[in-house]
Amino acid sequence: MTIEAASVGCATAGLDHPAARVLIVRHQLRWWEALPWFVAAAFYFLFPDYLGFGTSLMIMVLFALSLDLALGYAGIITLGHAAFFGAGAYTVGLLAFHNIWTEPITSLALGALAAAAVGLASGLVLLRTQGLTLLMLTLCTMALLQEGANMAHDYTGGFDGLPSLDIAPVFSVFEFNPLYPDTQYLYTLAILFVCFAFIRTLVYSPFGQSLTGIRENLLRMHAIGAPVRRRLVVCYTISAALAGVAGGLWAQTNAYVNLSAFDLDRAATVLIVLILGGYGRLYGAFVGAAAYMTLEHFLARIYPTAWQLGLGLLLLVVALYARNGILGLSELICRGYRARRETS
Amino acid sequence: MSKRVMVAITALSISGGAALAQEVKVGVVLPYTGIGAEFARQMDRGMELYLKLNPDQVKPYTITFVKRDSKAPSGADAKIAVQELLTQDKVDALAGWVYSPDAIASAPLVTAGKKLAVIMNAGTAFITNLAPDFVRTSFTMWHAGYALGVASAKTLHAKTAVVAYSDFPPGKDSLDAFKAGFEANGGKVIDTIPAGGAGAVPDFTPFFQRAKDEKPDVLFVFVPAGDHAVAVAKTYNALGMRAAGIKLIGPGDITQDIKLQDMGDAAIGLITMHHYNADLDNPENKRFVGAWKKEYGADSTPDFTAVGAYDGMAAIVHAAQATKGKMDGDAAVKSLLGWKFNSPQGPIIIDPETRDIVMNEYLAEVVKGPDGKLHQKVIGEIDHVKDECKAQAIGPCAPKK
Amino acid sequence: MNLAIDFASILLGGLAAGTVLFIVSVGLSVTMGLMGFVNLAHGAFAMFGGYIIVLAMNRAHFGFPVALALGFLGTAALSVVLEQSLYRRLYRAGELDQVLLTIGLIFIFMAVLTIVFGPQSQPVQLPPELRGQINLGFMQYRTYSVFLIVVGALIVLAIWLAFERTHIGAQIRATVDNRRMAESLGINVDRLFTVTFAFGSGMAALGGGLGAEFLGLDPQYALKYLVYFLIAVSVGGLGSVVGVYYASLLLGTLDFVLKLYMPKGGTIFIYVLTILVLLWRPQGLFGRKSA
Repeated sequence: MTIEAASVGCATAGLDHPAARVLIVRHQLRWWEALPWFVAAAFYFLFPDYLGFGTSLMIMVLFALSLDLALGYAGIITLGHAAFFGAGAYTVGLLAFHNIWTEPITSLALGALAAAAVGLASGLVLLRTQGLTLLMLTLCTMALLQEGANMAHDYTGGFDGLPSLDIAPVFSVFEFNPLYPDTQYLYTLAILFVCFAFIRTLVYSPFGQSLTGIRENLLRMHAIGAPVRRRLVVCYTISAALAGVAGGLWAQTNAYVNLSAFDLDRAATVLIVLILGGYGRLYGAFVGAAAYMTLEHFLARIYPTAWQLGLGLLLLVVALYARNGILGLSELICRGYRARRETS
Repeated sequence: MSKRVMVAITALSISGGAALAQEVKVGVVLPYTGIGAEFARQMDRGMELYLKLNPDQVKPYTITFVKRDSKAPSGADAKIAVQELLTQDKVDALAGWVYSPDAIASAPLVTAGKKLAVIMNAGTAFITNLAPDFVRTSFTMWHAGYALGVASAKTLHAKTAVVAYSDFPPGKDSLDAFKAGFEANGGKVIDTIPAGGAGAVPDFTPFFQRAKDEKPDVLFVFVPAGDHAVAVAKTYNALGMRAAGIKLIGPGDITQDIKLQDMGDAAIGLITMHHYNADLDNPENKRFVGAWKKEYGADSTPDFTAVGAYDGMAAIVHAAQATKGKMDGDAAVKSLLGWKFNSPQGPIIIDPETRDIVMNEYLAEVVKGPDGKLHQKVIGEIDHVKDECKAQAIGPCAPKK
Repeated sequence: MNLAIDFASILLGGLAAGTVLFIVSVGLSVTMGLMGFVNLAHGAFAMFGGYIIVLAMNRAHFGFPVALALGFLGTAALSVVLEQSLYRRLYRAGELDQVLLTIGLIFIFMAVLTIVFGPQSQPVQLPPELRGQINLGFMQYRTYSVFLIVVGALIVLAIWLAFERTHIGAQIRATVDNRRMAESLGINVDRLFTVTFAFGSGMAALGGGLGAEFLGLDPQYALKYLVYFLIAVSVGGLGSVVGVYYASLLLGTLDFVLKLYMPKGGTIFIYVLTILVLLWRPQGLFGRKSA
């Protein structure tokens, strides 16, 4: 049943039909949605020594969320998402390093704009293709940007990057201290919250629903006359903008940007994180990032090669048994539990 | 590998004078995983060998290591590592840094942390300008590059040179350094060829073919130590460039001791300029290499990264002694200004103005020894070489306002 | 300088570089084209095989041909085990799950090799006959490069003949064209997959060993060169052996030429070319257009 039909159905048949009920309440806030934010706030007070780690974690969450928009909701499989991360990072970095503009929030906006421009341009050209071809094209675009940044090393610092970026205090009051990243943590948390609110609204809007339609059944979407290409490009552009914000945050909180912003390694990691947590589910990004980065930070310290081995095995297990990631697994468990409760 | 290793070398007063062992915690940032793992292992060994060979120098202090993995040379992991070492582990000094981006990213933290930070490898010249607590015991590209430029003109009597370099900052640094030294002494660099990146080893054939066609007297090559260097030697021979009368020269990165034997006969005749090779003939080095082989195996060998770490450890111990174990950042750094040490590489001094190392550079040629193995024979020496980039305040090396 | 010699040395250099790429990538093209499985771990098989070959020569002092055979067979055997236990389960799954599985395998391979052999690269010593330069009549050229070009040409010829002239080749082509139809004709598609996968992985091993002189061999190999293998395969067209051969040679030669005359822009070229080709023909130069 299409969305339009469902809403018509509601108006005429009332709110009794179960499908209608689900669709109407889908966007409403559930109690557990406040959890991640409580955890983030609690983290600030409970683990003041790990705020640097916490900040990188939140940046990864934002990055994964942006990828989820493209991958999980629009079905665009890309290994080149770091292109937008890098675009945002370098915009912020160049503005700060050459002392053109150092106000953090507006710099982020400019970074998002730059990344969106890259996303729009590449989306218009690349989204005509699918599958392996699209994968390779996104990969090559990202590599091209990386090489371009290297060639312009007089401005971008090349491999060594742009060090010691001057970031003005937030609201002219809250300074960034490199050794005690309290401000960075809260700043990142705030930006993540705003971006997440935006994404959540987008996903439950008609636009977001049509994206799910495109992912699930492309032919039918074409058949009902939905402007598929346009939707995909818009979605890709928004996803790029958000990845640009993540990149800008990375540059600001580290006060440093270099070519690794465009690394294939980074694009692959965010893909793994998202699949691990569960794509197409808003909170998959949170769960995946938390699981991956926590394991990496603490296991890798003890025995780094074993971490690589352990990660490989984990990915294997998830690919074989937990197709929809951790969230998918928990959904299965919940459903099984509920089913058992109903039958007993 | 990177365990949270507590290497406690207790100042056992066998002779009976029991002094309280005061602990000095050193935070080590090295790429224990990823492409730099080999360097990290060499440097770990260099540090530990110093402590093993010089227990008297260390007494009455105990050096404890807290090791952290800086992983890929993107700077991000090094930064987090340094931040945690300073705030969580509360180390007394920092050490390590193989890759320049890691050291560059760490600079603001080092400044804020106010603890001695000894750079044991990273070679980009302006790094020591970024934080007042940085002391470098390794090298910059300018030490070898500039000296080789001078030596090419004076000792090798070369008039023209082509420079092929890996397209990343140490490569460009080397190019600038060589050019400055060479052209200041009557030589001319007729072409500069960026030869691929520092990541995957490129096929050097087209780049060397181009160089060969230009018929220079010498081909100066800078590539990262390791696989790149091996490929360079092979390509040089495969194209028959020696027969064409083109000498292959470069900083000692291209004949790194741990790779030398693997390069095989292709390496014979290569001429390099470096502050260290394992064949150096001085009593300190003989002792160092002998102890190394005894400790880590007859087939293993120290190299310039190991020596950078060895000297760095010596510096930290000196600072510990001078500050009576307190390791207050300013005092520790001050104690190292003008510090002299008899390193396996020869006598070294820490330049009081730049906090960078001043050492000897040796011009060496690869030869096959009577034991059938490859050795480096010293054919020239320049003493007391400073980092010319900072000395002449070129570009980013000029001190920050 | 003699223009003909210049041209020849450029051609030889490019062909040699392209041939290395081809030998490793041909297996990937076949398995991805036939099985429709995104096997990113292909580079890991090449690395594994390369290690067998190089260590057989260095430590056990086997001859080059024997080492190559060992590498091929050993890797093929391992791939069969993995195919039966792991890959088989994801044939009908989405691309993302396949990506996840194969990335996991890459990490496992890399970690195991690092633990067992250490992070350093393995030295490659060619047999004496293949070192130095060979006299081609009008010029001297690197012996090993010439050797590789010849071997590469023989391989593509052999594979092409196998596909066109043998029974199993016909079966493979039929299955690539229309799997259901092939099954209904009685072709045991499962066994075909296993055999093809084993062959593809064996070829990867050969590529790893033969190419080690140029590409080196260390535990990072699987990831370092993955992008290039994928480029060769996508530009050539999935499932087309001839396609990946031409694509590899084209990429190798153009890359060589550009680096020779414009080293400043060198590394960017391969990505620009890939983007242009894939935008013009998304199925690759020799791939078949999907319905």
